[in-house]
Amino acid sequence: MMSKLIKPLIFLLCLVPLILLFRSFYLDELGANPFEVLTRSSGEWTLRFLLLTLAMTPLRQLTGSAWPLRLRRMFGLFVFFHVCVHLLTYLWLDHFFDWDEIVTDIIKRPYITFGMLAFTLLLPLALTSTKKMMKRLGKRWKSLHKLVYVIAILGVLHFILLVKADLREPIIYAFILLVLLLVRFKPALLHKIRYATQ
Amino acid sequence: MLIKKPQDISSSEITEQAIYLDRRKFMTSSIGLTAAATLLSPHTSVAGYGGKTLKFTEDKIFDRKEELTSFDKISNYNNYYEFGTDKYSPAKNAQALTTDPWSVQIGGEVEKPGTLHLEDILKQNPLEERIYRLRCVERWSMVIPWIGFPLANLIKQAKPTSKAKYVQFETLERPSEMMGQKRNVLPWPYIEGLRMDEAMNPLTIIAVGLYGEVLPKQNGAPLRLVVPWKYGFKSIKSIVKITFAEKEPVSSWTKVAPNEYGFYSNVNPEVDHPRWSQRKERRIGDFLKRKTLSFNGYAEQVASLYTGMDLKKYF
Repeated sequence: MMSKLIKPLIFLLCLVPLILLFRSFYLDELGANPFEVLTRSSGEWTLRFLLLTLAMTPLRQLTGSAWPLRLRRMFGLFVFFHVCVHLLTYLWLDHFFDWDEIVTDIIKRPYITFGMLAFTLLLPLALTSTKKMMKRLGKRWKSLHKLVYVIAILGVLHFILLVKADLREPIIYAFILLVLLLVRFKPALLHKIRYATQ
Repeated sequence: MLIKKPQDISSSEITEQAIYLDRRKFMTSSIGLTAAATLLSPHTSVAGYGGKTLKFTEDKIFDRKEELTSFDKISNYNNYYEFGTDKYSPAKNAQALTTDPWSVQIGGEVEKPGTLHLEDILKQNPLEERIYRLRCVERWSMVIPWIGFPLANLIKQAKPTSKAKYVQFETLERPSEMMGQKRNVLPWPYIEGLRMDEAMNPLTIIAVGLYGEVLPKQNGAPLRLVVPWKYGFKSIKSIVKITFAEKEPVSSWTKVAPNEYGFYSNVNPEVDHPRWSQRKERRIGDFLKRKTLSFNGYAEQVASLYTGMDLKKYF
């Protein structure tokens, strides 16, 4: 009974940041430039959910619990949900669907190039996230979904390249990603952490 | 002072009715109502923002019936890295700054170097209102009713020598009160500069107030530069030092990213920032973006300063 409730509860919890954001937007509480805040926040939540998704496999190895893997797909789809909001704010509020300008942006500005590339790579992952697709793709599913690491690196690079001078925030994301990549590709490290904490 | 009203910008071009009506939809709170009240009487300097009231002559030249950005927005959305790198922190963090007593050191290639006290500066320079557009390099803009005086007045009093080709400005460096200076985000103190003819141009002012009252601390109190045809970061805040020099000064932002922030930094829709196009901007409070104007709409007054210069090279 309890375990059946956990997943829907976490689902609702994951919706909270964006609900609060749009509530503040509606109440005109986002300051002088609310559109900038929408883009910025949706982008930050994309990265947060992305790192959370990547943390699930190591968390399973660390705790032995099955829960992290049961939640992984949901978190992954929240990444996709947030990035769609983020992309929409860029296409609409920044460029008002001026496709000439958007294409120029993608070609000329590396941070946009990386962001768009990350979104494009995320598309097939979202589309193949169903159980049916998992079965149909079999072994290939796993190799396809390894793209998530490339996407995460592109996402963090996108953030690093867009800030003007203060790199503190993007560096925090980069550091967490680095740790997650290390424990993913050097599982020995994880064993050490596990023994150290026992 | 002769400043002609540019003929090429009609007020309908600046605030299209559609844009204007559209933004109403987004203004639902009481903040919106305050802005609307200000709009109805753009000339009355609404007292009561909390600052000391200033005596000044009203701007009759620059008002083009553009909607003023509300005091609330002007004083709560600031790029002032000395008080934090986001635009919301300065309004809170800048309150720690002591702005009285304040003095400005004048030096370099001048006949009359020395230290000027703020009270004396205010006594010697009659204040006037200047309603200017402010265009940030980040693609947003405001319309601000500054109170100040032409920088040229101050320069004439200092009597620059023939060697003075440039003016360098320096912001206060006081990490104990300017928390942002505890981190090396930018080389401190903040430095900016102008060519002598730019500094002497009648549009260039030293502002000491806005909306009829002394400057809020987050807006660069007690005195700051305002150069309306250049990107906002050129308009250096809380000035403590003005030096006249033969060589072109290197500004803080140029030191950090020379390919992104040049010495001139004139508002120019034709020259992209490496990371974004400068063709459009969002006026704070608007939903739709508007076209960015060459020299921020002040081409008639200042374009001649750059005759024969390749503005793509000298960006």
